[in-house]
Parts: sequence; structure tokens; C-alpha cells
Amino acid sequence: MPQIQLGLGVDSTETIINVIKMFALFLLMVQLVPLLVWVERRGSAFIQNRYGPNRVGPLGLLQLLADAVKFLFKEEFRPKKGVAFMYYFAPIMALLPGALSFASIPLSVPITLQGENWGPYNFVLQGYDLGIGIVFILGISSLGVYSLLMAGWGSSNKYSLMGALRASAQAISYELALSLSLVGILMVYGTFSFTEIVAQQQGPLTFNFMGQQQVWSFLPNWGIFYQPLGALLFFAATFAEANRLPFDLPEAEGELVAGFHTEYAGFKLLMFYIGEYGHMLVASCLLATFYFGGYNIPGVTPAEVTAFFASYVGEGNLSQILTAVTYHVSLLLRVLLFLWVFIHVRWTLPRFRYDQLMDLGWKTMLPWALFNACATAVILWLFQS
Amino acid sequence: MSSGALLPVLILAVMVLTFGALLIVGTGLLGPRKVIKSAAKEMPYECGLPGQETKDTKVSVRFYLTAILFILFDIEIIFMYPWAIQYMDSLKDGSGGYMLGVMGVFVGLFVIGLIWEVKSKALDWK
Repeated sequence: MPQIQLGLGVDSTETIINVIKMFALFLLMVQLVPLLVWVERRGSAFIQNRYGPNRVGPLGLLQLLADAVKFLFKEEFRPKKGVAFMYYFAPIMALLPGALSFASIPLSVPITLQGENWGPYNFVLQGYDLGIGIVFILGISSLGVYSLLMAGWGSSNKYSLMGALRASAQAISYELALSLSLVGILMVYGTFSFTEIVAQQQGPLTFNFMGQQQVWSFLPNWGIFYQPLGALLFFAATFAEANRLPFDLPEAEGELVAGFHTEYAGFKLLMFYIGEYGHMLVASCLLATFYFGGYNIPGVTPAEVTAFFASYVGEGNLSQILTAVTYHVSLLLRVLLFLWVFIHVRWTLPRFRYDQLMDLGWKTMLPWALFNACATAVILWLFQS
Repeated sequence: MSSGALLPVLILAVMVLTFGALLIVGTGLLGPRKVIKSAAKEMPYECGLPGQETKDTKVSVRFYLTAILFILFDIEIIFMYPWAIQYMDSLKDGSGGYMLGVMGVFVGLFVIGLIWEVKSKALDWK
């Protein structure tokens, strides 16, 4: 009988641990939403010189817990003319892209655990490593469009439908610039795998110039130094993909009430928000992974960090775990910084008009992304030969 | 990659969909039982006016045009991906100039398509 590789582990223990880990990563994404909403509301309050939520719990931190409980006990409502299946499936579907993409991003260095009577076990802080990371995420994040369209159609409301059409047209338009801006990164690293991309960003900045290797030891080997224009285009396109201001035309209040989620209330509305914040989280993780060294700490290697911890707690599992935690915090700092940039931009820039938005996507960002890919190819060729 | 390698994705997808479905069923069970039903409440949302919704709301044909153009361009971009992966290796073994020329032709067609599209006003939203 041929052995089928299930990608879940070598034995049943490992399989169970991996399944639990995947669900834990999903819950990690879900529990980040209340925190981010709190940061968004408090942050916007400080930007606009007011207080924001500050009554429930210390600093208003429990506000979103209270909101979630309230959402749970809301009346179930469905517009009579709507299509029931689409109306209910859209918010469930909104959870999928964020959750599936987030699980494929490596969050820290792998831990090798060794017990007295159980073999070395490799624990990776990543839901699954498919080896085709970038293509997988691009494919999965496009599924978000189905959620928008189902919400718009299922509500049978003209505001919802128009919002959904706008949102999906915007999402697919900016997906072109998004995927084209990644071609440069693929050329530089020559791989689809996130783990390999992060591994290649270790150490000082190293590149070939006129056939000779140059090492700039004062800069880390991060993608942003190879792809500055690509990073900018990618960052701008993720705003449009996540329907965040200045690209949140689907819910332009002045004209479309609330866009595709006009007819939604309670927890169903919250699920759209989980999807949106999940999208932001994935975008921030990708930005860190492609352009800012992933979980790498500039100047040290994982082996050195493990040796440092081993000098305090001794060699073994604990030093490995401490190393992984340190590297995870290193990634988390970057991700939180980018999430804050997402929020800060929302409360700083005004919204585009729809024709401006489509012009920016098709006539500005797409040509620039194409230019970035061509320039990268030519420069690599000139420097290499 | 064997087809079984995608099994974790399927498992997570099923878990997420179940989680979402349970939440929706749960809120349906936890919500108030006595609800007042009225024709005005179940009508599609409208801002102060009587609703005049029909199922076949007319939408601009530009959206369909955008979707068709997206498919064309997205496929062209996806064709660049395997090429981009191989590019660094071919630079090292000396066939980089050939690879660059081949891609130059492809990108040339891409650019001609984009210019034609802009010229034909398919992308104008005014």
C-alpha cells in the first residue's frame, strides 16, 4: 500500500497537534479583531482630539467584549426579498481568505523538541507550509470577492448590490498591481516559499555589482533595499484589497449607506469585520515577510540567540522555545507597526472618487508595477554579468 | 507536491466554515424570541422613501468590462511568475540574456494591450 503524504505529520500525535495549531492560529486572528477595533477607536479618538471608548474596563479595553456579547443577543433578521443562502453564507465566507492565508505564513523559527523517550519533533509556528506560499495567498485572498458579491446579491438591496459591485471591481483591479508588484520579489529570491524568502533575508546586505560581490554590513539584507518601488506598490494595493480608506469606496456613506453590508447586523456584521481585519493582518505579515526581513533580527542568527539563552537556562527545549518566542516578538513588532500605519492612514487621508480610484489602479499602479518588474530584470542582468 | 499536501487547507477551511455557521445559528438561538414583524421592517433598506426595489437592479456595463479585462491581464501576469522564479538561476548559468529577450517580447505585447485598452476608453469611468 503506497504511503499517502498528508502534510499533517508523521504520527497521530503530530497530526492532532497540527490540527489544534491550525485552529489556534485561526482563533489568534479572530481575537486580534477586538484589540484592533479598540486600537482603531482609541487611536482615532486621539487623532481627532477626543476620548474614545474609556468606560468599560481599564482604558475601555473591555468595550469590544461587551459589544460582542451584545451582538450575540441581537435579533435575527433577514430581508424578505433577499436570497437566504447567499445572505447567510457571505459573512461565513468572509472569514475564509484571512484564516487560510494567515495559517500559511511562518511566524517564527522552527523549534526542535527532544524528550527522554520521544524522538526529535519539529514544531513550526505555521499552519501549513505548502511551498507555493505566494501563489496560494494570491489565490485564496481573491476568494474574498465572492463573499462581497454574495452579500450584495443576497441582500437584494440596491445599495448593497452597488457597493458589492464597486468593491469587487476595485478588489480585482488592484489585484493586478498587487500580483505584478510581487514579480520583482520573485526574481530577487527565486522561490515561492515564505520560509526560504525569510532565510535569504538574514545577514548584512549582500548583492552582486558588475560581477563582484558587495557586502554592506551596516544594512540588513531586507527586501525593501532591493525592491523599494515594489514595496510601495504592494503596500498601496493591500489597502485597496482590504477595502480600507482611502480606498473604501464600497461603503461611501454619502452615496451608498453602508455598501455591501447595509442589510447586516449583529454578529453577521462583525464577521465581515473579522474578514477585513484578517486581511489587514495578512497584508502586514506579508509586508514584513517580503520586505522587512520576516522574523529575522538584524545582526544575529537564530543559532546565536539559542546559544545566548542556553548560557542562562542550559541547552535543551527551553532555550529553543525562548528563541522562537524572541523571533516571534520580532515579527510581531513589525506587524503591529504596519497595522498601526493602516489605522493611521484611515484617519489621515480622505476618500478617493470612484473614477480616480480606478484610474489610479489601472493607469498608474499597473504601469508602475510593470516598470518595476522590467527594471528589476534589467538591473539584475546588468549587475550579474 | 502531492494532492494530499492540500489536506490541511481543507481541514482548516471546514473548521472555519463550521465556526462561522455555528456563530450564525447561535445568534439565531440566543436572540429575542418575540419579534415584531411588519412589512416596513422586512423591506429592503431605503433612506426615508418607500422602497422601489426590483430583483433586476440595472448596473453599469463597465463592471463586466472590468472583470473581463481583469481576467486577461491576470492570466498574463501569472505567466510571468514561473519565469521570475527561474530568472536568477538562468542569470547564473549564462542564459539570462535569452530569458530577458523572451520576456521582453511578452511584456511588449502586454504593454501594447494596455495602451490599446486605455486608448479605446474601456477604462474611463466618467
